Amino acid sequence: ALTSKGNGPVGFDLLTEQFSKEIRKEGIQYNIMVVGRSGLGKSTFINTLFKDYDNDEGSEEVTPRPPQTTSIRSVAHVIEEKGVRVKLTITDTPGFADHVDNSECWEPIVEYICNQYESYLLEEIKPERKPYISDTRVHCLLYFVMPTGHCLKAVDVKALKRLSRFCNIIPLIAKADTLTRDELADFKKRINEDLRYHQIEIYPLYTKNEYSSEELEIIKAGIPYAVIGSDAYEEGKLIRKCSAGTAEIENPEHCDFVLLRDMLIRNEMLRLIKSTKVLFYESFRKNYL
Amino acid sequence: MSSDSVKNFSSLETPGYVGFANLPNQVHRKSVKKGFEFTLMVVGESGLGKSTLVNALFLTDLYPERQVPDATEKMKQTVKLEPSTVEIEERGVKLRLTVVDTPGFGDAIDNTDSFSAIIRYIDDQFERFLRDESGLNRKNIMDNRIHCCFYFISPFGHGLKPLDIEFMKQLHNKVNIVPVIAKADVLTKKEMLRLKKKVMDEIQENGIRIYSLPECDSDEDEEYKEQVRQLKQAVPFAVCGANTMLEVRGRKVRGRLYPWGVVEVENPEHCDFIKLRTMLITHMQDLQEITQQVHYENYRSECLAKGGLPKRNTIVDEKGAATSDKDRILLEKEAELKRMQEMIAAMQAKMHQQQ
Repeated sequence: ALTSKGNGPVGFDLLTEQFSKEIRKEGIQYNIMVVGRSGLGKSTFINTLFKDYDNDEGSEEVTPRPPQTTSIRSVAHVIEEKGVRVKLTITDTPGFADHVDNSECWEPIVEYICNQYESYLLEEIKPERKPYISDTRVHCLLYFVMPTGHCLKAVDVKALKRLSRFCNIIPLIAKADTLTRDELADFKKRINEDLRYHQIEIYPLYTKNEYSSEELEIIKAGIPYAVIGSDAYEEGKLIRKCSAGTAEIENPEHCDFVLLRDMLIRNEMLRLIKSTKVLFYESFRKNYL
Repeated sequence: MSSDSVKNFSSLETPGYVGFANLPNQVHRKSVKKGFEFTLMVVGESGLGKSTLVNALFLTDLYPERQVPDATEKMKQTVKLEPSTVEIEERGVKLRLTVVDTPGFGDAIDNTDSFSAIIRYIDDQFERFLRDESGLNRKNIMDNRIHCCFYFISPFGHGLKPLDIEFMKQLHNKVNIVPVIAKADVLTKKEMLRLKKKVMDEIQENGIRIYSLPECDSDEDEEYKEQVRQLKQAVPFAVCGANTMLEVRGRKVRGRLYPWGVVEVENPEHCDFIKLRTMLITHMQDLQEITQQVHYENYRSECLAKGGLPKRNTIVDEKGAATSDKDRILLEKEAELKRMQEMIAAMQAKMHQQQ
C-alpha cells in the first residue's frame, strides 16, 4: 500500500465533491412503483410525498399500456432541488386486486419489472452502447395493505411472495387513520408474523456490509409503515380532518409518514437503487444470459 | 247472590262500544309472552368491523371465543356460514336473535364462488320452512329464515366493487338487503356524502333492489314521519362500531380513541349507528313480513312450479329420526300433493292447447 510521505492529505477526500458534481450534471433516475387496490389513497400519498410535483417541468407519460386486468401507468417528473436533478418515475398499477377473480393479478406487474430489466440489459450488451443508459428499472415497490386490523389477505400474501423476488418491497398500511394506536400495533405485529411465516423478504435485504445494526433496527422497526395521505394544509401543516379531530400527517405520533419519507428520499434512496442493481438486476441478468 | 253473578256480565258501559278495541292489547300480551325471533345475516370481507358492529348494535357479545384468524387460515378459500344465537331480554320482552356470519366471503383470490354457499344457505332455510309448513305438526315451526342481510361496503373504494354488485344482484330476490358503509370514521363528511351518492347511483344503475323503508301512513304522528324521512335520506347508513367505553368531557361514551380525538359511535354527527339501530328496531316487523310475503313466496312458487315439495333427503332432520308412522303419513301426504299438482299442471296444459 502506498502511504504518502508528505504531511498533507493527497486530496482523495475531494472525491465526494466530484461525485456530487457528477450527480448534479447527470441527475439521477429514481423509479418507484405503487401497488394496491383502488381506493387506498395511493395517488394522494404520492402527491403528499413529493409535494405534488404535477405542475413541474416536463411531465411526460412514459409507458401507457393497453388496459389489462392489471394495467401499468407510468408518469415521470423531473424535480430539482438545490441544483440536484432527479427524474422521478412513479408507476401506478390500476386494476390490481380490484376484481371478483384476482388470480394472478400480480403477473402483469412482474412482467413490467422484468421488461425494464430486459431493456436495460439489451442496452448494456450492445457492442456500441450509450454512455448513460436510461434506467427504468423499478427501484422500490410500495405495497399498500388495506387497514383491516386483522392480517394480510390471501391476495397480499401471494402477490408479495411473487413480487419480492424481483424488486425491493416496502409494505405500507394505507389509510392508517382508521386504526387506533393499539389496533395499529397489533396489526403491524401480525403483518410481520405473516411475512415471516410465508418467508416473504422485504427491504432491507440484509447484506452484511451495507448497514450498521442500528440503521437496520431503525428501518425494520418502521415496517410496515402506517401512512395517511392528504393534500390539505392548515397553518402550514399537512392535515386530515376527520370526525374525531385533526390528524397531522407529519406528526410521528399520528403516523409513519415522516419515517417513510426519510427512508425513501433522505436516507435510503441510493441504497434502494444500488440494491436493485446489485441484487435483483444481477440475478435477472444471470438467468437471462 | 245471584245478583252478584249477574253483575259480572252486566250490559255495556258505553252504548255502541263493543270493546274489541282491546284486541291489540291481547295480541301484545301474547307476543310478549311468546317472544320474538329475528335472524340477521352479515356479509362483507373480513376486517370491515362486522362483528364489532353487531355486538355494539345489540349490546351483547355474540362471539366470546372468537380469535382473529391468521393468514394461513385465510388461505383456505371457502365461505362458511356460522349462525350464533343469543336470547336477549329487555323490560320483559324476549328476543331470540340469530346472527349468521359469513367468514371467508370476499377473502379468497378468486371469489366467483363465494355467493353459492350463501345462496344455498338461504334456500335451505326456505326449504326447511316450506317443509315444516306442509308437514303434519305445524305448531312450533322454527323460523330460521334470514329476515335481513347487512351488506358491508368498504369505505376505501370509490363506490361499489365488482364483488359488491355481483352479490347484491344475486341476492336481492332472496333476502332484504340493507347496505351499510363500514368503518365510517375513516371518511370526512364530504367524502361520505360523495360515497353514499355514488353507491346509490350504482345500485340504481345495476337494477339492484335493496330494502326500502315503507312509506308512513298518513295518520302517523309528525315526529315519527320526520324520523322515517331522515332514515330514508341517510341510506346507505355509514356505520362505525365500538365496544369500548371512553370518557369524553365527563361523559361515558362508546367510541374509538385515536391520537387526535375520539369518535363517538352513538353520536349522529359522527356516524349513522343510531339511525341503523333505530331502523332495525322500528322495522323488524316489516322486515319479517317482507321476507314472508315476498322472498319466501318467490321461493315457494318457484319450488312448486318445478314440481312438488323439496325432497326429504336434502335436509338432515335436526330433531332426529321421526317415528315410522309419522314418516309414512308424511310420505303419503306428499305423494298425494304431488299427484294433485301433476293433475293441475296437466289441466293447465290442456287449457293452453285449447286456446
